[in-house]
Amino acid sequence: MTQEKPKIAFYWCASCGGCEEAVVDLAEGTLDVVAAVDIVFWPVALDFKRHHVEEMPDGSILATFLNGAIRTSEQEEMAKLLRRKSKLLVAFGSCSHLGGIPGLANFFARDGILQAVYFDAATTENPEHVLPGSGGNNGHGELTLPYFSDRVRALDQVVEVDYYVPGCPPLPKIITRALTTLLGDHLPEKGSVLAPDEALCTECPRKDSKPEKIALKAFKRPQEILIDETQCLLAQGLLCLGPATRAGCEAPCILGNMPCTGCCGAPGRVRDQGAKALSAIASLVDSQDQQEIDAVLASIPDPAGTFYRYSLPRSLLTYKHNA
Amino acid sequence: MPNSQSIPGNGHSFREAPEPRIVGFFCTWCTYLAADLAGTSRIKYAPNVRVVRVMCSGRIDPQFVLDAFANGADGVLIGGCHPGDCHYQEGNYNCLRRARLLKRVLEQLGIEEERFRVEWISAAEGDRVRQVIDDMVEKLRALGPLRMQKPMPLVNIVTPEHALEEVCV
Repeated sequence: MTQEKPKIAFYWCASCGGCEEAVVDLAEGTLDVVAAVDIVFWPVALDFKRHHVEEMPDGSILATFLNGAIRTSEQEEMAKLLRRKSKLLVAFGSCSHLGGIPGLANFFARDGILQAVYFDAATTENPEHVLPGSGGNNGHGELTLPYFSDRVRALDQVVEVDYYVPGCPPLPKIITRALTTLLGDHLPEKGSVLAPDEALCTECPRKDSKPEKIALKAFKRPQEILIDETQCLLAQGLLCLGPATRAGCEAPCILGNMPCTGCCGAPGRVRDQGAKALSAIASLVDSQDQQEIDAVLASIPDPAGTFYRYSLPRSLLTYKHNA
Repeated sequence: MPNSQSIPGNGHSFREAPEPRIVGFFCTWCTYLAADLAGTSRIKYAPNVRVVRVMCSGRIDPQFVLDAFANGADGVLIGGCHPGDCHYQEGNYNCLRRARLLKRVLEQLGIEEERFRVEWISAAEGDRVRQVIDDMVEKLRALGPLRMQKPMPLVNIVTPEHALEEVCV
């Protein structure tokens, strides 16, 4: 009798497709993964349907890697279905982990978003004021659309999550490490983020150039200065979120001479990445005078969007489990 | 809503008596002593503040402020030493830097300016504690209870009434 290979599934919700690309990017690594497991569901690459998943016994999938945030009722249904069918549910990538870029939509009310997209946008022509919705019959049955919910949620605000693979998208190194961990004998504690629990600065290639004390009179955007390729980006006035971001990616953005935007989320002891990033950045302002402090901080045009770029749905102020 | 002791309004629903709840983070070297002084001097002020004593206003993590709002505070008041008077030299300046940025973030998250306040109150200024707290309570009373997760309306777009009514906590 041959031993059955572990079953793995991949799924996507509110995401851009980058996470799927990241799995493919494992390149030769993918072949090893494919040899070690049976992929039973992967809409982007394999022709399995939802009913195939529904027919599987509960808990029969070893691990489902779900990327993307949850916005529509269809995404919520699929997350719940895959949760039931899987022993381990892994939130894969920033959107699933923290809400991600789609989560920034939580700055706006649902009706405002629909209004902007279907009526007010400069490129929208909708003279009959049609909003997509359920209703009508095309002769084959009732036509329905998934409900567009009030808020974008991270995966763990909808179902229980066992592990998180961080990144936008997760880097091959992080994915391989996560897969090896999950296929191994010693599973980490439930709820772990499968990446080192320390700040990115600790593995930054420029960490030796970070001065003891940084004091800034203005924050700069990358296009405004000629960036020194060897010096700490924070010390050059760029908004690098390395101090409030989890390590593990080995700083590819900084190697590309761009500041960290915080996609891997914060290290474990931080409960709110935005608040911590804000705290780290504000402390660098070189002034004791309120007006001057305000003037320096004015060079950050969109603080909430900057510090919560990937984690707005998981902010303490909007966070609500199973909301 | 977390239940708690003796402040007016508790035991009633918010609709009947929207008494504001304020969480105060007071520096142990100045504002906390000032509040003590107000007490021993029998100065009367609004009983809406629950005080958390901290070693320095520079110790106040923005996460504390978000936590307070998330758990039912209608306002957060930080009390620290006057500029130049910090027991640890720089603490109150760091508090100020963070608070100025946090204020903008809170506004983007839909929390009104009046709900988050930083005041410098020395250990001798017992009456200033009364003034600040009474004034803040009055302003919060006018604003009404903080409605968590109120979404920001889109710029230049009129958001329908019922969307703004959404209250999730």
